[in-house]
Amino acid sequence: MTGTTPGFSQLRLDGVSRRFGSQDALTGLDLTIQAGEFIALLGPSGCGKSTALNCLAGLLPLTAGSIWQDERRVDTLPPERRGFGMVFQNYALFPHMSVRANVAFGLRMRRLPRDEIRRRAAEAIRLVRLEEHAGKLPGQLSGGQQQRVAIARAVVLEPSLVLMDEPLSNLDAKLRLEMRTEIRRLHQSLGLTTVYVTHDQEEALSLADRLVVLRAGRVQQIGPPQTLHTRPANWHVADFMGYRNLWPMRALSAQGAVVEVEADGFRLVGDPVGDIAPGDAVIAGVRPEDVRVDDPGEAATNTTPAEIEVVEYQGRELAAEARTAAGIRVHLRTDRRVAPGDAVALSIDPERLLIFPNDSDEHPSAPLVDPTGSRLSEPGLVG
Amino acid sequence: MSVTTSPPATAAAGPPQSPRAHWRHRLAERGVDGQLWLLAPAVLFVMLLFLYPFFYGLGLSFQPTKGGPFSDYARFFGDSYQRGTIWTTLGLALPAALLNVLASVPIAYRMRGRFRGKRLVTILLVVPITLGTVLTAQGLLNFLGPTGWFNRVLMGLQLTDEPVRLIHNYWGVFFSLIITGFPFAFLLVLSYLSGIDPTLERAAATLGAGWWQRFRTVTLPLLMPGLATTFCLTFVLAFSVFPSAVLVGNPAGETRVISIAAYQAAYEQYDYPYASAIAMVMGAIELVIISVVLLARTRLYTGSSGGKG
Ligand SMILES: Nc1ncnc2c1ncn2[C@@H]1O[C@H](COP(=O)(O)OP(=O)(O)O)[C@@H](O)[C@H]1O
Ligand SMILES: [Mg+2]
Repeated sequence: MTGTTPGFSQLRLDGVSRRFGSQDALTGLDLTIQAGEFIALLGPSGCGKSTALNCLAGLLPLTAGSIWQDERRVDTLPPERRGFGMVFQNYALFPHMSVRANVAFGLRMRRLPRDEIRRRAAEAIRLVRLEEHAGKLPGQLSGGQQQRVAIARAVVLEPSLVLMDEPLSNLDAKLRLEMRTEIRRLHQSLGLTTVYVTHDQEEALSLADRLVVLRAGRVQQIGPPQTLHTRPANWHVADFMGYRNLWPMRALSAQGAVVEVEADGFRLVGDPVGDIAPGDAVIAGVRPEDVRVDDPGEAATNTTPAEIEVVEYQGRELAAEARTAAGIRVHLRTDRRVAPGDAVALSIDPERLLIFPNDSDEHPSAPLVDPTGSRLSEPGLVG
Repeated sequence: MSVTTSPPATAAAGPPQSPRAHWRHRLAERGVDGQLWLLAPAVLFVMLLFLYPFFYGLGLSFQPTKGGPFSDYARFFGDSYQRGTIWTTLGLALPAALLNVLASVPIAYRMRGRFRGKRLVTILLVVPITLGTVLTAQGLLNFLGPTGWFNRVLMGLQLTDEPVRLIHNYWGVFFSLIITGFPFAFLLVLSYLSGIDPTLERAAATLGAGWWQRFRTVTLPLLMPGLATTFCLTFVLAFSVFPSAVLVGNPAGETRVISIAAYQAAYEQYDYPYASAIAMVMGAIELVIISVVLLARTRLYTGSSGGKG
């Protein structure tokens, strides 16, 4: 089953849109997927991820746009003729069929010879390590096992594209980690092309070659995990990528790559994302782990006295909430043993403090989107 | 992954329980608790309206006006005119129940999703329930009678020279059974269908199954137990057909169903034990048919259909 030839070298979504009545669930999704790529669609609940996936699978007709598999237009084909595999959030296993019959279903629909069906189904079941459960009904399996059946059922056909809709969201935390590795392993060993929907940024960052962040049906940013992690295109993406500290402030001065911002007498220096002019309303964002905690000392740039208010134990580190003298609440992570009531000095590296324009306009500016993909130039990963 | 060892549960926590409280827990575990009283009205109802008349009739059927305890049963089965009512009734009820179920499936399948005007269509399909058998029979007499619209249209189109006889015979009763039985079957099938997770068919589609394959391999097998139940219910409704057999049928001849035999015994000959015996035969036949269907049903998959509903 390894070394399957992909059915295309490029899948292109061109302005894919879907409306429900008067509501835009997905607006103008442009995305080019290379064979062998692992794409994650990421965004909060209700942002249109499942809509995008169902449009790709052919389960929802588009209201605008087109989908191209190389030079072939596929958005007019019914789902059964697209040859894409899909893993559903609730697994959607056929409850009246054994694991073996579930996995063999797609092969049977293709009217393959009996021997080949048996051989390939057995191979797929072995691949997800369910040999001793092959005769059971889905209802007799645990959630993780059901999920593996769903994956085997989708990949047994060697589909040119595998679509997964929040496949791990019904599993407990430990199983979720295991299955995550499993999915990545299958993607690599079978040479699959995968579009993976999730609302969990950690899952998306760890799995995907490229992320597509959606918000209210619109693409906010497309890029590799590192880019999204270190340089979110706007504060909505930042919010989603773990920038828990997002402070509305006002720009004082802007000189090249350094912006000085202020709120209630609290001044910070940071790195601008996009165009910022003095006087603009901005949002300053920083990750909790990029806030440094020291003993109270003398004043310096980007340093402020604060008092610890709430502390959560999180293994090696503590997650804490502090309040500065100016009354701003700061989320931070530290390995210092701080306790509520402690007086500390907080400081932020100006390079780690991102300053976003605070336009209430929700559309990202075009240059922030990276439609070409970053992996094009990386040989050896494709196929 | 770290292994967390919970401390052993401290034995004898809390004050010792009284034996009475202990029993309460044991009973509650088996579902015996105060809420059981909520069943009391239903139990009383069943006792008064079903069990008592049933056992009274059963007892009565073994006390014929003359002869041994089984002589009324012997009388029924010994008389070919009486015995024939069984076949007459089955000949009406089985095809009618089957047609009701089979006709419901495609219509309900088409209507399982949401669409504009669904409520209106459902109401139209279900209205016959509210009409009652007598009104339906009246309508059939007018519509299908020798001078009814149906025959007038047929003759107007030169399709036939003389009126087709569709009432006061087998077909009149059959149509009546369809009209009254179909809405029940349809509503039941529709509710069974909406209990099947629609993502199952979507999954089948992504696996390459066309609509017919999706229906045959996924939906139909999951629907079969519901169809069996629906068949049983509409069969029972049809088997006890009485008013339409008299009103639009030929109660002295081809639609002399078993309930007419029981009626005549009770209210024309005033032979209650004999009527009871016939009623018992009727019940036994229904029981046999239902047992056969439900036995076949146990061989089907009857678990969860994977979704909500
Ligand atoms: N069948 C539908 N009818 C109407 N609105 C829908 C339908 N499916 C989705 N929507 C709406 O479209 C938006 C996007 O939904 P969805 O793609 O399911 O979001 P998610 O990102 O959580 O998967 C939501 O606001 C949802 O309410
Ligand atoms: Mg979703």
